[in-house]
Amino acid sequence: MKFAVIVFPGSNCDRDMHHAIQEGIGEEVHFVRHTESDLASFDGILLPGGFSHGDYLRSGAMAATSPIISAIKKEAEKGKPVLGVCNGFQVLLEAGLLPGAMLSNEGQRFICRTVELRVENTKSIFTTSYEKGQIIRIPVAHGDGNYFCDEETYKSLKDQERILFTYEDNPNGSVHNIAGISNERGNVLGMMPHPERAVESLLGSDDGLKLFQSIVKSWRETHAVHS
Amino acid sequence: MFKVQVYVTLKEGVLDPQGKAVRGSLLSMNYDEVQEVRVGKYIELFIEETENLDERIDSMIDQLLANPVIEDYRYEVEEVVSN
Repeated sequence: MKFAVIVFPGSNCDRDMHHAIQEGIGEEVHFVRHTESDLASFDGILLPGGFSHGDYLRSGAMAATSPIISAIKKEAEKGKPVLGVCNGFQVLLEAGLLPGAMLSNEGQRFICRTVELRVENTKSIFTTSYEKGQIIRIPVAHGDGNYFCDEETYKSLKDQERILFTYEDNPNGSVHNIAGISNERGNVLGMMPHPERAVESLLGSDDGLKLFQSIVKSWRETHAVHS
Repeated sequence: MFKVQVYVTLKEGVLDPQGKAVRGSLLSMNYDEVQEVRVGKYIELFIEETENLDERIDSMIDQLLANPVIEDYRYEVEEVVSN
């Protein structure tokens, strides 16, 4: 499976994401600049964390107007997996690929620590390798991680089982403890916690590995070689 | 040349952590009368004369300057002498 890690000006988790794919799960991965406009040759798209365009105006707002965004939308429409982590999640929200918006943390502080997440749904292509209700330890590092959506949107997220991860102990004020959501089709996931920073037990946790493994597993199932 | 003054504010019902912190400081300075603080953004645009000015300003704001999920906006247009 061939992954693209999108690099915006100010991305700073792009190398961690690259490392998680190359060393963590041993798949092919390339960096792609935000000015590019074609992602057709990739099987999966990863939007890393960081502070694209300095977080000016609103986190992710300017990155969401990059040429690469129309390419991401095009591949997402084909059903390819798209994962946005932290700033990558903010970019997906601002680009309209996921519903809702991000506000600054309730406590107005930048939070950088490992938190516990509950895996709410294991039917998603991103979570099949986890157990339903499993508690995983994944680091967060954000100032604007307070997910907001109106009640109507929340209801549809819940009814369609699009809330994949929730915080056990809400660190940022996100509505209904939401940590990660998918689009209606299920192939686009945005989450504030950093699974790419949890791929080695030596560094505190390898609970993020299963997310990437799930993506590859689903991809292999749909791209099985028929002999 | 037109000067456009854009005011972007958080929608009613959207929590404003920044405003809450500012109110906390005002209260600690003994301004007990402050019931609520909402912090917004003020943006100035200087725009050359163009067709469909209002329409173009609206789409600039909708597409980038404000996020309709959480923010409202209003703006004022004033003709100014260009330098």
